[in-house]
Amino acid sequence: MKSKFHPDKNGYFGQFGGAFVPELLFPNVKELEDNYIQIIESEEFQQEYKSLLKDYVGRPSPLYLAKRLSEKYGAHIYLKREDLNHTGAHKINNTIGQVLIAKKLGKTKIIAETGAGQHGVATATVCALMGLDCTVFMGEKDIVRQAPNVARMKMLGAKVVPATSGSKTLKDATNEAIRYWIQHPETFYMIGSVVGPHPHPDMVARLQAIISEEIQWQLKEKTGKTSPDTIIACVGGGSNAAGAFYHFMDDENVELIAVEAAGLGVDSGKSAATSQLGEVGIIHGSKTILMQDNFGQIMEPYSISAGLDYPGVGPLHAFLYESNRAIFMNATDQEALTAAYELTKIEGIIPALETAHALAVLPKLSIKKNQVIVVNLSGRGDKDLETFIKHLD
Amino acid sequence: MNSIYNLLQNKSKDNLSIYFTAGFPSLNDTAKVIQELSKAKVDFIEVGLPYSDPLADGPTIQESSQKALQNGINLDIVFDQLLQIKKTNKTPLVLMGYLNQLLKYGEEKFCKKVIDCGIDTVILPDLPMVEYENHYKSLFDSYGINNVFLITPQTTVERILKIDSYTKSFIYMVASSAITGAKGEISQEQIDYFNRVNALKLSSKLIIGFGISDHKTFSKACQYSHGAIIGSAFIKYLGENGIEKIGDFIKSVKSD
Repeated sequence: MKSKFHPDKNGYFGQFGGAFVPELLFPNVKELEDNYIQIIESEEFQQEYKSLLKDYVGRPSPLYLAKRLSEKYGAHIYLKREDLNHTGAHKINNTIGQVLIAKKLGKTKIIAETGAGQHGVATATVCALMGLDCTVFMGEKDIVRQAPNVARMKMLGAKVVPATSGSKTLKDATNEAIRYWIQHPETFYMIGSVVGPHPHPDMVARLQAIISEEIQWQLKEKTGKTSPDTIIACVGGGSNAAGAFYHFMDDENVELIAVEAAGLGVDSGKSAATSQLGEVGIIHGSKTILMQDNFGQIMEPYSISAGLDYPGVGPLHAFLYESNRAIFMNATDQEALTAAYELTKIEGIIPALETAHALAVLPKLSIKKNQVIVVNLSGRGDKDLETFIKHLD
Repeated sequence: MNSIYNLLQNKSKDNLSIYFTAGFPSLNDTAKVIQELSKAKVDFIEVGLPYSDPLADGPTIQESSQKALQNGINLDIVFDQLLQIKKTNKTPLVLMGYLNQLLKYGEEKFCKKVIDCGIDTVILPDLPMVEYENHYKSLFDSYGINNVFLITPQTTVERILKIDSYTKSFIYMVASSAITGAKGEISQEQIDYFNRVNALKLSSKLIIGFGISDHKTFSKACQYSHGAIIGSAFIKYLGENGIEKIGDFIKSVKSD
């Protein structure tokens, strides 16, 4: 089915997207563009992908009715438990798919960028599984604040390269990965979110779409209806949100809520709420909304969460925002921490700091009686324990 | 207008171009660097517009860009600096920046300023051909601005021929699959690639860049092109030796 939320032939969602890459990368991007849909839709791929998701990742991830959380907010709140996936987040849905695509294209060397380290771990994991060479670029600052994930990547056999340019976070790790890719065009760039040049945003969205595909039938089993009233997901680059929204984007009855990281507050100068602070521009090969100054210099974002401090959003999200199909909300560091402690206390689930931003908007919603809300619980909080302990008072 | 086109029509061999970052080493050095390069008889100069996230650039130009931004450089200041030397400067200039700078500044405003400064050629390494065809070609044509395309060892013949048809100044032949600042000698593989492109008998002039750093690589590159560009090696030298020594660097490139 053709949807207006799928990209056109040049990779555009409305005015957003495209492939703004130096000529040096054109052959790489073209090779992927010419092959990705055919590979993903092939029976061989689907069989292997689904089988690995089931037996290796542990899918389907449960759709859990959080009773005490529901009572508190007067709604039926379901948590899509991506935190229970192997490696602890939704990221592995994408890397399992991309590693199969890479293999099909005959690539043996994989590179990736990572912010919180979740995508880096998911990449290192599938590379270990398939016996492929793996290099992960990570901001020097993130290497410090996400030390456990760095250790996991190394144990999995990946080489972790610190990105020392710019703000030394996700944006710069992505720059370094792209620069390395230019110099080593034989490598496969396993991008971690719905960002980058076409076809990466669409490819990653398709691979994460397993989330909304499962929500449909799981909800049907539990409620008799395939669609919820509301879906909430956090957005950095936007891959877990793209996956949770995917099969509902054309159904206008489903309210889509994307939650960005406000850091210390949207107007504090220390924020990553791209939709509120950004303007149209080009970042990492894609035309989207991004945080920039009056001369187009990309600004350094801030969030307590290493997975959300990205100065742009994927082009699909820019389009969902501009067309008012999704509502963009935000949560501060403090609101996210509070939400994380709350979920831990009343449901016994420690969410990732990124995910906590999605939970943090629950108190801000005007909830109707019997409203069915799905929150995409994109990752678990083990990696953030140090931050949680530090703020626990 | 100090036209690159005219330059390359009149001098078809051994053209030396130097890339430098505007606002580096100090904010107000832009004009001084251009004057020194002109004095040293560089054939044309690429003025780099400092960008926060220069994807096609290696560490040297990343650093000079960051330094220039810290110095307080911005597009308004660069255009002012270039406007002030417009009357006295006789060396053709090319502007090199990233597409987002142009987008945010305003496409029409950017083009107008470029022409006002007496410049007719731009290099935007992240402007892909399809976007040029769909939008920027007509915009640039309406202002008389030439866009320089890059080609690499991986660029297909079909694509090179198309680029040739769009080119009014020169084609930037990237010496290898690299970002700027690559080191080392010119390999046989690169020479094969240069020969392959030369055999196409393109109507455009060919200028080689990326990995050109000294007399040896410059003169070798010139055997297979109409000239070559030195960037990172110059920036590094400039940072270490200062503006007054620019003449020495150029002399060392031109002769052993």
